[in-house]
Amino acid sequence: MAAPGVAATDLEVVRGKRAALFFAAVAILLGLPLWWKTTETYRAPLPYSQISGLNALQLRLMVPVTVVFTRESVPLDDQEKLPFTVVQEREIPLKYKMKIKCLFQKAYRRALEHEEAALSLGSMQEAETMLAKSQKQAEGSLTVYVISEHSSLLPQDMMSYIGPERTAVVRGIMHREALNIVGHQVIQVAQAMSLTEDVLAAALSDHLPEDKWSSDKRRPLKSSLGYEITFSLLNPDPKSHDVHWDIEGAVQRYVQPFLSALSAVGNFSVDSQILYYAVLGVNPRFDPASSSYYLAAHSLPHVINPVESRLGSSAASLYPVLNFLLYVPELAHSPLYIQDKDGAPVATNAFHSPRWGGIMIYNVDPTVYNASELPVRVEVEMVRVMEVFLAQLRLLFGIAQPQMPPKCLFSGPKSEGLTTWELDQLLWARSVENLATATTTLTSLAQLLGKISNIVIKDDVASEVYSAVAAVQKAAEELASGHLASAFIASQEAVTSSERAFFDPSLLHLLYFPDDQKFAIYIPLFLPMAVPILLSLVKIFLETRKSWKKPEKID
Amino acid sequence: MAAACLRLVWLAPLLLGLVDGGRAEPPRDALREELVITPLPSGDVAATFQFRTRWDSDLQREEGTDHYFLRYAVLPREVVCTENLTPWKKLLPCSSKAGLSVLLKADRLFHTSYHSQAVHIRPVCRNARCTSISWELRQTLSVVYDAFVTGQGKKDWSLFRMFSRTLTEPCPLASESRVYVDVTSYNQDNETLEVHPTPTTTYQDVTLGTQKTYAVYDLLDTAVINNSRNLNLQFKWKSPPENEAPPVPFLHAQRYVSGYGLQNGELNTLLYNTHPYRAFPVLVLDTVPWYLRLYVHTLTITSKGKENKPSYVHYQPAQDRLQPHLLEMLIQLPANSATKVSIQFERALLKWTEYTPDPNHGFYVSPSVLSALVPSMVAAKPVDWEESPLFKSLYPVSDSSSYFVRLYTEPLLVNLPTPDFSMPYNVICLTCTVVAVCYGSFYNLLTRTFHIEEPSTGGLAKWLANLIRRARGVPPL
Repeated sequence: MAAPGVAATDLEVVRGKRAALFFAAVAILLGLPLWWKTTETYRAPLPYSQISGLNALQLRLMVPVTVVFTRESVPLDDQEKLPFTVVQEREIPLKYKMKIKCLFQKAYRRALEHEEAALSLGSMQEAETMLAKSQKQAEGSLTVYVISEHSSLLPQDMMSYIGPERTAVVRGIMHREALNIVGHQVIQVAQAMSLTEDVLAAALSDHLPEDKWSSDKRRPLKSSLGYEITFSLLNPDPKSHDVHWDIEGAVQRYVQPFLSALSAVGNFSVDSQILYYAVLGVNPRFDPASSSYYLAAHSLPHVINPVESRLGSSAASLYPVLNFLLYVPELAHSPLYIQDKDGAPVATNAFHSPRWGGIMIYNVDPTVYNASELPVRVEVEMVRVMEVFLAQLRLLFGIAQPQMPPKCLFSGPKSEGLTTWELDQLLWARSVENLATATTTLTSLAQLLGKISNIVIKDDVASEVYSAVAAVQKAAEELASGHLASAFIASQEAVTSSERAFFDPSLLHLLYFPDDQKFAIYIPLFLPMAVPILLSLVKIFLETRKSWKKPEKID
Repeated sequence: MAAACLRLVWLAPLLLGLVDGGRAEPPRDALREELVITPLPSGDVAATFQFRTRWDSDLQREEGTDHYFLRYAVLPREVVCTENLTPWKKLLPCSSKAGLSVLLKADRLFHTSYHSQAVHIRPVCRNARCTSISWELRQTLSVVYDAFVTGQGKKDWSLFRMFSRTLTEPCPLASESRVYVDVTSYNQDNETLEVHPTPTTTYQDVTLGTQKTYAVYDLLDTAVINNSRNLNLQFKWKSPPENEAPPVPFLHAQRYVSGYGLQNGELNTLLYNTHPYRAFPVLVLDTVPWYLRLYVHTLTITSKGKENKPSYVHYQPAQDRLQPHLLEMLIQLPANSATKVSIQFERALLKWTEYTPDPNHGFYVSPSVLSALVPSMVAAKPVDWEESPLFKSLYPVSDSSSYFVRLYTEPLLVNLPTPDFSMPYNVICLTCTVVAVCYGSFYNLLTRTFHIEEPSTGGLAKWLANLIRRARGVPPL
């Protein structure tokens, strides 16, 4: 009776063991993956390796320079070597993780018939108009004409000339090393017209470590898709001054041509307002010597704040706002002058604040007070005002005064107040800045997503990241092949996509899901399920160990 | 006026399109400002500021208005405070530095029993053929002070007591800057009250259908701001006035929600016409959020116990989460009557993320808007809008016998069925417990082995039994 009974119990025990093991197996093999899969936060795959690769990106900025030799510019045997192409490479030393190299690709060739004809004309203007007619140059490219040593196009003491378009003229030389000498000059001219270290340093000023020049380089506005420009006339004393300004006409005449020249950089909107009883935040000091009032240079930073609360335009715009204020001082404080650090009055009577805008003080002609009673009608001389504002606008957009090589004649900008190559310079700088911004944004996004595993990454965020990475790479490629316009567009795309991914609200959805709530939800299910499984597993483990030890003892 | 009804309504220009002046060419950049003070016998003082700025624009008026672009939006409740007043003051040309705007001091303006602040912007024709337009920005601020309570039982008031400021200089940009004080019932005899300084001119007019007299103080008149360089209007009651009931307006309205439970309810609007013998039509505009599902067939309008058929009904049904209900009706109000407009609704269940952080507070339903041409008791002369004071255009006279009024009823607070927000957690816990219990017994059933235990042979009893058995000579167990 006993033996079959024991066998049956053993069988039962084995079956129980198997059942427990099976439970554990189902729980581990089926339950856990199911739970993992269903409660997982959705994280679309991101190109992490490519993003980290962007940091080590080497930017090669290529400036295509066409060097055109006229008939008697260089010795004949040198001319016979034409055409050929030389690439000169220069590394730009910046304390930035991206390595930036500047390449000047000089394509030497002989002048064509019409170019010969144009350059043999009497004056530079005629030659330029004729040359401009014949060809259209791509953004970022330059053409340098090498003319004969004795040509009358340039004044005798000048060696080179930089025009308002993308052309320059260099005087040739009859020398054994003629090509080298001319080549050196061409590089000098091309550098002045395209990429200089200062331009790039200013563009990357936000990403570079602080140094003593940084405050000056941080003057230009950050790159953006659009800009809003507000002209405000501040009349703190309407009882004595009845100020009128023809801002509409002035904007049409002076600002609009400049902005339409800049239209490649972004969208611009211009508005104007007149504010009464708006006072500066600083009380001007009286200077008895000249019986005038003055604002010292050190007090200028305090001028803006009280005015700014009344300007009120930044609230309505997505884009950065540039403010230009024309301040007509009160009768009690006029004339009012701005003094520089040495105590001398500033000639323009204006100052600008980096990335904010400019303020000009417009003193009313004192003779009008005698003629009529208050309020005095004041017509603002818009030419004088717009001259200052346009100069400030150039500075705020980071168009610095060109640095000319020695013995170089500069024609000055055209009527828009901007030369074409200055615009190219701006595009180079903005492209590099955009690339740096997009790379930083992408890197920090990748870091953030890597660090916090709770963040949901939706497919559209991922696709924005992918397109941003692709746009960065495309922009870098286009820069390396010298296509400035498409590189700039790609860099803008990179910035917009990367910012859109970074600021996507869906990233925040589950960010603050606390851990204790998770435990509170899981414990009622997991604890009663896991405890029996674990206990029986422990029991089975102990029993098998015992049964393993027993045979050893017998042996 | 008893309860503080605070509302800031930004009206689209189109809503104001009814008033269309523009006969005379308005001057460029003209600023007109005025303050109307209406003392009431109860001791309440109402002050209404109006500032009107006009500027030319090159925008050409389109032929007609494309109704596709008409928008109407209401924020049913907004707690108005200084942060609403500051940007509002910034729009004034003289800011708060000169003119009437010096009186706009936030701490006094919000210590009132009524506060209403508005900005209206609209295009105004510059000539008869409307080939060019100007824009008009009109800012109004109305407050009601309870002088009786704040003045410890005295009903006298002065500008300084109300605003803690006095007027010192006119705004140099204003082409007109005036203070009007309503002295209608008191000017016949100078016995009841005294206004100091004595007004140089008075202005008589028909406002809200009754004849009114105003004392006028023109700030641009150099004599008004006297030697002490400020103007502090004072108002003294010589003999205490009778506590007479204030005149009832011809049109007023009330709105409430009725019904019980959280499923159905009824929106009721009561429209009162207190005119003794004239009936007039009222245009009622209602926007109701989509989560109150209106049953349009239950719309009933009764006045004097009889059904009142609206002469015009426009209804645009709501779409969930997209657009609210829009109900517009033209109702004729019989003389001396109360008309009840009621419509039933069902409360919808929202998605649990759509509830506000305090869902048990309820949801606000925007006020209904009543527009009417109310007949007046006294015939008014048609006036030139450019010449008459600004407050005239608050209740513009359409013809000699009626004036236009737009009323907003009170916003409603409706409770929606709110779920138990801890429910998902409770459900999870309960399900987990059930699963755990089932699982536990199932697990036990499958993994435990059951075998029959031999009953253990009793120790002491067996020994005793064997002892007895041995004594008897029987073999032991």
